[in-house]
Amino acid sequence: MGDPGTKEVFRLEDLQATGTRKMGRKHVLSILVENEPGVLARISGLFARRGYNINTLAVGPTDDENISRITMTIDGAEHPIDQVTKQLHKLIHVLKIRDLEPEDTVARELALLKVDADAHTRQEVSQLAEIFGGRIVDVARRSVTVELTGSEEKIEAFEELLKPFGLIEMVRTGEIAVQRGRSET
Amino acid sequence: MRAVEALMAALKHEGVDVMFGYPGGANLPTYDAIYDAGIKHILVRHEAGGGHAAEGYAKATGKVGVALATSGPGATNLVTPIADAMMDSVPTVFITGQVRTDLLGTDGFQEADITGITMPIVKHSIMIRDPRDIPTAIHEAFHVARTGRPGPVLVDIPQDLSRADIEYEPIDSVSMPGYQPTRTGNAKQIRLAAKAMANAKRPILYVGGGVVNGNASEPLRELATSDKFPVTCTLNGLGAFPAPHDQWLGMLGMHGTRAANYAMDEADLIVAIGARFDDRITGKLSEFAPNAKFIHIDVDPAEISKNVPAHIPIVGDANEILPKLVGEYKSLKADTSRMNDWWDRIAHWREKYPLTFEDSTDTEIKPQYMVQAMLEATEGQAIVCSDVGQHQMWTAQYYDFPEPRRWINSGGAGTMGFGLPAAMGAQVGCPDELVVCISGDGSLQMNIQELATLADNDIPVKIFLMNNGFLGMVRQWQELFWDGRYSHVDTGNHPDWVKLADAYGMKGMQVTDKTKLVGSFKEAIEHEGPVLVDVRVTKEENTYPMIPAGQAARDMVG
Repeated sequence: MGDPGTKEVFRLEDLQATGTRKMGRKHVLSILVENEPGVLARISGLFARRGYNINTLAVGPTDDENISRITMTIDGAEHPIDQVTKQLHKLIHVLKIRDLEPEDTVARELALLKVDADAHTRQEVSQLAEIFGGRIVDVARRSVTVELTGSEEKIEAFEELLKPFGLIEMVRTGEIAVQRGRSET
Repeated sequence: MRAVEALMAALKHEGVDVMFGYPGGANLPTYDAIYDAGIKHILVRHEAGGGHAAEGYAKATGKVGVALATSGPGATNLVTPIADAMMDSVPTVFITGQVRTDLLGTDGFQEADITGITMPIVKHSIMIRDPRDIPTAIHEAFHVARTGRPGPVLVDIPQDLSRADIEYEPIDSVSMPGYQPTRTGNAKQIRLAAKAMANAKRPILYVGGGVVNGNASEPLRELATSDKFPVTCTLNGLGAFPAPHDQWLGMLGMHGTRAANYAMDEADLIVAIGARFDDRITGKLSEFAPNAKFIHIDVDPAEISKNVPAHIPIVGDANEILPKLVGEYKSLKADTSRMNDWWDRIAHWREKYPLTFEDSTDTEIKPQYMVQAMLEATEGQAIVCSDVGQHQMWTAQYYDFPEPRRWINSGGAGTMGFGLPAAMGAQVGCPDELVVCISGDGSLQMNIQELATLADNDIPVKIFLMNNGFLGMVRQWQELFWDGRYSHVDTGNHPDWVKLADAYGMKGMQVTDKTKLVGSFKEAIEHEGPVLVDVRVTKEENTYPMIPAGQAARDMVG
């Protein structure tokens, strides 16, 4: 008797259930997969079949040409995150999944925002972009396009500020993320 | 050598002694290699028959079942067996031909994206893109199919690649970094589980098909009898614990015994082993086992806390974990008398609600009696392969399975048409055993073409047809829950089963008199080849007891 952490007098009533709890926040999953045809289809198919919603999805190469990284965000209030990750792990091409802790993570997204701007308003848009650390990447007679990187919240704040000028369209990459510090994500 | 010869060499290296399949254009090269490969091949009459035969073979022998089909419709005919194998975790490898690589994606003749179509229903699939990958793909397929939680693996081979010349070296181990099933179970969790069991006053072992798949019925029996733990099994778990037995409560779930379902309802500790809390087990989830804590032992971590939150999860192979759990449990020297009240309660249920039916007083054959007659005629020693419906539930209830791999059915998917080809596969895998197919007049029609395979290959399956002229289970639900509006459940009077058996070149018999049933079954069993016995049973008999769908165990009816 007497494992560390186990009471000497054992009571069934004291046992706590594990898993299935919905953690009501946004989760950023960083997934390493083998760079094989159809991997993304397997993952998106799994999500569709089990009724999980993907909020954002970004896929790209890693420093190893055989391995790709998928970064996805999903809503933990809607889906039991441990069940999502366990189902993903069953896919044989999935090598590693990291549910990144927000406070230990640097997450960035790239957005391109095309906004109505003529000679009168161009300067104002440009100033706003500068404040947010964005760059004007295209200027036309009646529009400008701003490139902005940052957190989801920052991009959304910038979007709100541009709306009064007339936001023509916005394209976002979805977040990519890396763990803070020396250790690998 | 030719890639298809390497394919055969790889299959042999994996210990394949029989395959079930059907040739066509895209797998002509494969069939050319089969011609003198020295591996037995059974030509089925429909690819679905081949797929289910591979499942039956796998379930009866514990080895990986193999089925082959050509591209397009040949491959899509395997979809149902693949889905079935996924639901019941059956180790199977399906090898399909595919159109030439230059035709891929062009809607070529007999092209179907079988890899894409089957993606949600395979454990894994491999589309060959380089002929040199074929042997490795086969070894990986077998490794994935048989380890961890077993399941179906598809290998799709384009026709031109199967004609290529490649080098072949046998491979003894595969490297799959993304596939590392946990086997051993966490020692601390096992100790905790033993403690919980020693402290439970109303425990029950809830045993599923994982114990059969994991060859863990012996350590399960030791665990149950290391104290006096009551045991119940799911439909797929039947045989994992020997029936009858003092500690055996019968099957649980929708058509389980009251003793088993009530014990689950009142238990303080449920030890789930290789079981997945399917809706046919839990009924209304929010009212399932309201007083219980759960130990959940399963090789698939995704099953743990999927439907019911586990208090003590243990991930690993049951035959690794259970012996350790037995050791830990015995060392606690628990007092069996703590369960006295519990066993009194169980005895009360057993006495008050035995599994029973009102037998006929004349010569009418009640379906439940038919199963009892089958048990008597086979002396309980048959491998029983079932189709899907009322006959399946009655057999699960009334046929006692003394050991695992003697009850073969489509549990999770509920595939009508499974029984006959599965029995064929089981018989091919176990040539010295008595293999019985219990079917219904609905199910048997769904893969009836395999009678030709039985006859031509002299595979001596005994088919006992429970013929009530209805799609009985659907009729029962229409009677109970749809105001008796019998919508399209009357199967009419055709075919003439005895003539049909005769036409297929096998013995056909018909029995309508209860007093002749056991004798007729014995006659069928003694006959050397395959036999079909058309047994005319009561037309409108219901399968009871029953938990109506979506209700709780304590709401059982009948």
